[in-house]
Amino acid sequence: MTRLKADQRHAVRFSLNGKPVEDEAEPRMLLSDFLRHQLGATGTHVGCEHGVCGACTVVVDGMLTRSCLTLAAQVDGCELKTVEGLAPSADRLGVLQQAFRRNHALQCGFCTAGILMSLDHYLSRHPTPSEAEIRDLLSGHICRCTGYTPIIQAALEAAAELTSSKKETSNA
Amino acid sequence: MLQAVTSANRESGDQPWVGRSIERVEDAALLAGRGRFIDDLGVAPGTLHATILRSPHAHADILSIDVDAAKSLPGVAAVLTGTDVKAVTTSLVVGVKAPVECWPIAMDRVRYVGEPVAIVVAIDRARAEDAAELINVEYRPRGAVVDPLGAIVSGAPVLHDGFPGNLASDRSFRYGDPEKAFAEAPHRFSIDIRYPRNSCTPIETYGVVASHDAGEDAFEVLANFQGPFSIHTVIARALKVPGNRLRLRTPPDSGGSFGVKQGVFPYIVLIAAAARITGRPVKWIEDRLEHLTASVSATNRATTLSAAVAADGKILALDWDQVEDCGAHLRAPEPATLYRMHGNLTGAYDIRNVKIRNRVVVTNKTPTGLNRGFGGPQVYFALERLVQRIAIGLRLDPLDVIKRNLIGAGSFPYRTATGALLDSGNYQEAVARAVEHGRLAELKARRDEARAQGRLYGIGFTAVVEPSVSNMGYITTVLTAAERRKAGPKNGAQATATVGLDPVGSVTVHVASVPQGQGHRTVLSQVVADVFGLAPKDIRVNTEIDTAKDAWSIASGNYASRFAAAVAGTAKIAAERVAGRLARIAASQLNVEAADIVFAKGFVASKRNPENRIAFSRVAALSHWSPGSLPDEAGQTIRETAFWTPPELTPPDEDDRINSSLCHGFIFDFCGVEIDRVTLGTRIDRYVTMHDCGTILHPGMVNGQIRGGFAQALGAALLEEYAYAEDGSFLTGTLADYLLPTTTEVPEPEIFHMETPSPFTPLGAKGVGEGNCMSTPVCLANAVADALGVADITLPLVPARLAELVRGAEPPPPAGGASAAAVRGGDRRLRGEGQTAVKGAPEQVWAMLLDPATLQSVIPGCQRVDKITETHFRADVTLGIGPVTGRYRADVELFDLDAPRTATLRGRATGALGFGNAEGRIMLAPDGNGGTTLTYSYDAAIGGKVASIGGRLLDGATRVIIGQFFTALARKAGGGGAEGAGFSLFALLAKLGSLFGGRR
Repeated sequence: MTRLKADQRHAVRFSLNGKPVEDEAEPRMLLSDFLRHQLGATGTHVGCEHGVCGACTVVVDGMLTRSCLTLAAQVDGCELKTVEGLAPSADRLGVLQQAFRRNHALQCGFCTAGILMSLDHYLSRHPTPSEAEIRDLLSGHICRCTGYTPIIQAALEAAAELTSSKKETSNA
Repeated sequence: MLQAVTSANRESGDQPWVGRSIERVEDAALLAGRGRFIDDLGVAPGTLHATILRSPHAHADILSIDVDAAKSLPGVAAVLTGTDVKAVTTSLVVGVKAPVECWPIAMDRVRYVGEPVAIVVAIDRARAEDAAELINVEYRPRGAVVDPLGAIVSGAPVLHDGFPGNLASDRSFRYGDPEKAFAEAPHRFSIDIRYPRNSCTPIETYGVVASHDAGEDAFEVLANFQGPFSIHTVIARALKVPGNRLRLRTPPDSGGSFGVKQGVFPYIVLIAAAARITGRPVKWIEDRLEHLTASVSATNRATTLSAAVAADGKILALDWDQVEDCGAHLRAPEPATLYRMHGNLTGAYDIRNVKIRNRVVVTNKTPTGLNRGFGGPQVYFALERLVQRIAIGLRLDPLDVIKRNLIGAGSFPYRTATGALLDSGNYQEAVARAVEHGRLAELKARRDEARAQGRLYGIGFTAVVEPSVSNMGYITTVLTAAERRKAGPKNGAQATATVGLDPVGSVTVHVASVPQGQGHRTVLSQVVADVFGLAPKDIRVNTEIDTAKDAWSIASGNYASRFAAAVAGTAKIAAERVAGRLARIAASQLNVEAADIVFAKGFVASKRNPENRIAFSRVAALSHWSPGSLPDEAGQTIRETAFWTPPELTPPDEDDRINSSLCHGFIFDFCGVEIDRVTLGTRIDRYVTMHDCGTILHPGMVNGQIRGGFAQALGAALLEEYAYAEDGSFLTGTLADYLLPTTTEVPEPEIFHMETPSPFTPLGAKGVGEGNCMSTPVCLANAVADALGVADITLPLVPARLAELVRGAEPPPPAGGASAAAVRGGDRRLRGEGQTAVKGAPEQVWAMLLDPATLQSVIPGCQRVDKITETHFRADVTLGIGPVTGRYRADVELFDLDAPRTATLRGRATGALGFGNAEGRIMLAPDGNGGTTLTYSYDAAIGGKVASIGGRLLDGATRVIIGQFFTALARKAGGGGAEGAGFSLFALLAKLGSLFGGRR
């Protein structure tokens, strides 16, 4: 195991939304700060820096992860997915994102990235969730604007749409 | 002026865009991670980063601040204390006439936990924080007051000499003949309310980037400030520059505000001062602990409200006694929270006689400011709880008492006793529709059924008038009429909007509404598209503000629910002026009268002959390309800025009547709640909320505002409180302590609408964003009171509080016993005692306890111990508790030494994470086997950051650290792994002093 020196910057390399990235970080640098201020991936937001609000949620090697409770050095060699990797292209939104827009499931949009990451991760593993399951999943996120119900609605709509499009694909 | 043409869409029979829930233009970027919030934007090369050292004490004199070690740390550019800031700024203005200063950083005294004491500026944030830990501040604590009524008791510690007895303002008002009404009324009801402190706390914290141009002595500031821009004058004055040398800009996106981001302004002054002193741009982003502890909060308030009531439940008079707690400083625009509702103190009711005493007090808590609902929750909690008490007292149905008192449907516009001009409404109709569509009869049946099964089920009601578009003059009601005459009139609310047409005829709109996530850009595109006969996608809206270039006024900003009513309407006015000119130009080109012109589907056409038309873009571009060909009277169509202020917003009159707001929506809520008999958790079974907010511009956004306000109000009612200990320690510094509602607590409210347009606004719209923050807390409280059959309800309705109501106060735990047992509650001191066996004779153990080298090796986290005198030690220890690790400096002195038998120790520790005091007694006795029996007791108190974030963890951490100490001492004393071990008074006290030490 590499031994990191507290007062030195060390190279950190990982895959971010399918593309290799590399920069240097002190051992104490948080992943959230590394993503935002070193790599310029500012879509991931920081709301509390103690793991409660969920705004900074990203996916590391297939696991939902609070980037504010993770050191940049910890993800060396990992595969990361952030909100910037959700849309199929720069001018198009994905199914989940579109459902959010249709349902007014965001207002200020600050917490949204984390919520999208949790839902994207969950729906890929649980394609037909119940409302209670979605509510349980999202209880780890705080949104101050929407009162949550439009988010739940968007998630359920997206799940239904994703499932039916998969069926169509498999039927074809 | 040219006459404006009305929206062509309506006339042509096409559906207007206004009123439709179109998708938001804001969303694509936000959903793809391309938002541009303040911390997402880059900064200029060489920008420095600030961190703020804050007071761990609620009230203390600053004896000294040693910044030498911090300054010498590599990468540190400057360390500023109050003295440095004072050299380049002046005090913030205070909203009442009193010889009091209000600095954004402590000068020689701290008055609340979290008050800035020093600013460290360094090449990056981490280095700034490293340096802040090295600053040594010596405090001499003073007594603290946290309760508003306690603050005005004679003999209470005084915060500011200029506010004798902590009283910043004391005004009495009288409308009608309340004395007569009370004397003659058959019934009198009264209620005492303590409304708690809370905050709508946005997920994005404060941010400021400031720079200073020394050549022009001009500041440039980017901040996620939300307005009102009256505060711009406060900031400029504090920075000692005229307004035109303070360029204040806002970022494109803001991560929510709910009023809270008004409170960033003292930090604008601090960071701008730091930029001036260092000569470099300086950036500061607040962290969550700072935000919860010291950003801003709603006021807490103690209210006694009495009503004179007729036998049928008709309220004949009200007598308000409000004591408003604004925290440690009266910061602009306070005491606005108290006066925002002044015209609305009779709520939705026709009550002609009102008596009011308004007192504003200061306490050792964070200064207050804007917060969604702004004064409404405090007022309606008292008024609507009282209405329920009246119903119970007279054995009437609470809904009947509400209906008996509602303002008559034919009375609008209605002037309230205290001066508000209620613009429009039909409250009876709204109530009737809510009762029907919300199925009240069925809800009552559910309640009866639940109760028949022995369950705790209750129904609550509330009726609320929701004011919006504040009169900038309402705050002057705090002054006497004579003082107001001297100061000159203040009134109105200037809204502004600019519509521009570029050389290809595309339309740009700019407003100074500073949205915080509400979707202003989308709504404005709808409003302006309707005027020009275009689609929303054709309209590009910019809502960033730049005070150096944009139209703005003191009323600009995002507060008092003024967007739909004032700003959107002003955009319509600006667009209609441009459209009027375009109509003249098109008329001359199409050879028709201007009155025959219509804007539809991208064309400007003749109404009578739609084939006679010209493309909008072509007419729109003409002012750029061929101004000479415009008709003489048309004028340019390149850019039009409209200002609009409603004439109804007049200053307070000689009798203190004030029309505090322009628009008045109506809300009628009822709900059913069930309280679990075992857990006493409150579950909302159904929540019905009926709104009349005038014309609805975007139904999806209106419902979004209602849901969002409802969720925040639910938090205020059931979960949230900024809690303080009696010594002023702040106890809820993390989101694990200050609980916000999540998906599992917030149900979907049943929302119903009625639209009674406001006659006073261009679009007929009224504000809607704050109403549920006013109605929902008291509606839930009324339901819980109904369920439990109790009279006194205090928020938040956490199970522990309901348990006290239902089961009585919890008995104290049995006395004596366990070591390190924490005694919580009243004084929150940590006390403990214990006994342990140590190898080695008492003399040996005694010597160890007095030996710095031994102590250093056995105290967990000890960096060094210095022996100042034979009985005075000083130690540096590093300890982690919960999420934070910090350094403490501990001083321990020994008294009453009776070697090798007994000693008393007194310790004090301070550090970046807090402070503590402890006193202990130790007794050594031979155990008869060559060893020593050590008996100890301690009594400790703790405060500061560690109390804010680690409260839940203190007991466990105490045990761990004491255990570590004993293990180490045993190893040292016995040379082996014998259990038991030893005890260092000094070490324990250093530990306790620093961590578990006393809360005083």
